[in-house]
Amino acid sequence: MKVCVTAQEKDLNAQVDPRFGRCQYFIFVDTDNPENFEAVENPYKDAPGGAGVQSAQFVANKGVKKVYTGNVGPGARQVLESAGIEVVTVSGTVKEVIGA
Amino acid sequence: MKIAVLSGKGGTGKTTIAVSLALSLPGSQLIDCDVEEPNVHLFLNPEIKEEKVVNTLVPEVDYEKCNFCGYCAKICAYNALSVLKFGEKEGEILLFNHLCHGCGGCILLCPEKAMKEATRPVGVLRIGEGKGIKFVEGRLNISEVLAPLVIEEAKKLAQEDGVVILDAPPGTSCPAVATLKETDFALLVTEPTPFGLHDLELAYEVAKALKVPAGVVINKAGEDDIVEEFCSSRNLSILLKIPFKREIASAYAQGIPLVEAIPDYKVKFQELYNQIRGML
Repeated sequence: MKVCVTAQEKDLNAQVDPRFGRCQYFIFVDTDNPENFEAVENPYKDAPGGAGVQSAQFVANKGVKKVYTGNVGPGARQVLESAGIEVVTVSGTVKEVIGA
Repeated sequence: MKIAVLSGKGGTGKTTIAVSLALSLPGSQLIDCDVEEPNVHLFLNPEIKEEKVVNTLVPEVDYEKCNFCGYCAKICAYNALSVLKFGEKEGEILLFNHLCHGCGGCILLCPEKAMKEATRPVGVLRIGEGKGIKFVEGRLNISEVLAPLVIEEAKKLAQEDGVVILDAPPGTSCPAVATLKETDFALLVTEPTPFGLHDLELAYEVAKALKVPAGVVINKAGEDDIVEEFCSSRNLSILLKIPFKREIASAYAQGIPLVEAIPDYKVKFQELYNQIRGML
């Protein structure tokens, strides 16, 4: 299953970034094959407004089924819910979160 | 002539000055531009004769035409739109009202012409008269953020002839700038405290950037002359000083304008106006 984890660095040992819309990196992982991951710097982390909305749309366009993060704002939550993406609140490292 | 009363710091006495200046000038109009927290009405007790709703432009999606290409979300400068595509002809467009500035860019640029103009109320203008003064108040609806739009609409009701006094919101951000824009004079109200001085400097810089001539009123004046030092270093005129007095604070707390509590001030405010006229 393809999931997204918000992270402070761009590898699997990174800590989960507790912010969704303004996280440092999005790590897209296939949980069946964790070594095959893609880390993308969040293009919206410095947006003056609507960072959550844009980040959520960005993640939704990647076709993920689940998002692991800290806090999701109301705008981002609405987009993720509409896209049918489950939001899971977590902390720790990316590796721990995806059980790799 | 349009005179904007602003301060940077809140609580320095903008409304006290704006109301008393208006009451000292027969035929003047007072516009409360502090649309997030209008309070001029407390001192004028105006009779409201008319109310006008302020609407903002919002896009409305025609789902018959939309193909969920996502272009509207891509070009939105405020990230107020999100386009989710579920299939070839299935999807959803989410509009985040509080991020939308009503620029209409998405409506104009939609490749499928699938966006049309709609409106949404964000505030109200109350128009009336109190104590012989023409009164306009902008009031932003609760939880709304488009204060500048309501201020701009309120300013459109400014009388052509005669004096218009605009009571600005505190701060130096968009709502204060919207108030000050295209006025003839910035009356900067301050108090002799470090915060008052700090924000006076910010307000002065805004007036300078907008090329609006400015002068200063020192309210709650005491022994400290930090404001005087600042003003002389910037060649900024001090037009009026109001002392820090219990009597004045007490009248304010009861909703009594300064010129009613101490009628001698009427002449001082008329002199203040004459000084402003002399500076223009």
